[in-house]
Amino acid sequence: MPAQSIWTLLSWGPDGWSDDIAYGALVTISLALATLPIGLTIGFFVAWAKQSEEPSLRLAANIYTTVFRGLPELVTLFLFFFGMPILLQYVIRLFKPEATIDVDSFIAGMIVLSLIFSSYSSEVFLSAFRAIPKGQYEGGYAIGLSKWQTMRKIILPQLLRIAFPGLENCWLSLLKDTALVSVVNLAETLRNAGVAARVTKHAFLFYSFAALVFLALAILSSIATGFILRSLGRREAR
Amino acid sequence: MSVSQAIDVDRPPPQARGWPRARIIGYLLVGFWIAFGFGIIAYLIGAWNGAFFARYAPAYLQGLGTTLALVVISMILGAILSLPVTYCRMSRSRFLSGLAYCYVYFFRGTPLLVQVYLIYYGLGSFRVQLESVGLWWFFREAFNCGVFAFALNTAAYQAEILRGAIESVPRGQWEGAASLGLHKLQTLRKVVLPQAIIVALRPYGNELVLMIKASAIVAIITVYDLMGNAKLAYAKSFDFQAYVWVAIVYLVMVEILRHGVEWIERRITIHLHR
Repeated sequence: MPAQSIWTLLSWGPDGWSDDIAYGALVTISLALATLPIGLTIGFFVAWAKQSEEPSLRLAANIYTTVFRGLPELVTLFLFFFGMPILLQYVIRLFKPEATIDVDSFIAGMIVLSLIFSSYSSEVFLSAFRAIPKGQYEGGYAIGLSKWQTMRKIILPQLLRIAFPGLENCWLSLLKDTALVSVVNLAETLRNAGVAARVTKHAFLFYSFAALVFLALAILSSIATGFILRSLGRREAR
Repeated sequence: MSVSQAIDVDRPPPQARGWPRARIIGYLLVGFWIAFGFGIIAYLIGAWNGAFFARYAPAYLQGLGTTLALVVISMILGAILSLPVTYCRMSRSRFLSGLAYCYVYFFRGTPLLVQVYLIYYGLGSFRVQLESVGLWWFFREAFNCGVFAFALNTAAYQAEILRGAIESVPRGQWEGAASLGLHKLQTLRKVVLPQAIIVALRPYGNELVLMIKASAIVAIITVYDLMGNAKLAYAKSFDFQAYVWVAIVYLVMVEILRHGVEWIERRITIHLHR
């Protein structure tokens, strides 16, 4: 194979690898975006449980965060990626023998990242919960709102505003954690860059490219969050 | 109002010990966790395999040693490297602080896995140049590459921790020390750092825990640390307990460290509690 110039390698199309890495970046973004709502929801409920008056709820929530913040992300990923098929197969064979299960790496990554993201975001939500004065709840109850209504209409809007900067950090580490899913063969940015590196033998070039993609995603998200933060602030000032 | 009057005020009635919804959910969830724990124990007993244990337990111990060595060496190197980075970041010179900002931004903004690949596989592209400078022997070993990447990465995080801690000490402390005739280094060592360390301890502890957790990824670049040995054991035996055991070891290690840091923090802030 004749030595190709770097610009050919980086071009868009069959000779170059830019399109592959761009596709990988798309997978990275969609994985992170798919994880976000699930992780936020679980994180919110875990935080709610952590600040409840019921000790058993607190205990259950604390076990959750201890486990998923204590395990290395990679170990959690492997536990789920290799363990879930075994477990599912065991359950499904009870009804339908001869069934085989394959876990999609996107789904496995999504589940694992949601678990990790939710345990970190629950800490952020918890400190936001603590910043909201008790009078807000009492006010809600006093005008006859139920517990759930008070939470949804009075506490949650304030909570999101307080928690936003902390959640931004969680989002950035979520973006970085998506790179780990490349280990279980999800064709995202790092994986595609790795394939390019192995085929072309320009490892430094393509891994730098992957690093720049992640850097660009981080910069883009801080621009976006700055924008959201400004509009939140404007609404508050009114 | 006297004390006795204050006590006479009607207390709200004690809350009824019934079964409100929160308690039902809480008991269910705790029950789930207990069942889960027993499930793991039952699984480990059911899957108990003396040969597996005899074969891989020493490897796991060795891997634990590798993990700890990797984390300790890179934490120390990172701490040393973070000093000049912090200095540059806090310096008045636009150029120096911009440079340090870029360094920190790069290492905090990209995944550690990418950085490890960049050093382990990427520097392989420069083999000829590295050989000519006589550094190739260092970057040939996956362990060294891991240490190098981790040290660079943690230096960026530690620089931010250090900067935050130093900036948390009020300006007046510097001015007071200056008016006493201490020069800058003395001020830093005798006045500012003792106060900054209290602020920095918790983030440093978190960073240590994060490093231990992150160290599992060197298994991917063929370092036989704890995770690497688990991967090897799984690849050879297809026995899922390989990963369950490694998860337990990591969890115990992280919990011990977390509680240790909390204990130290309680000890050194004892004068702040009343």
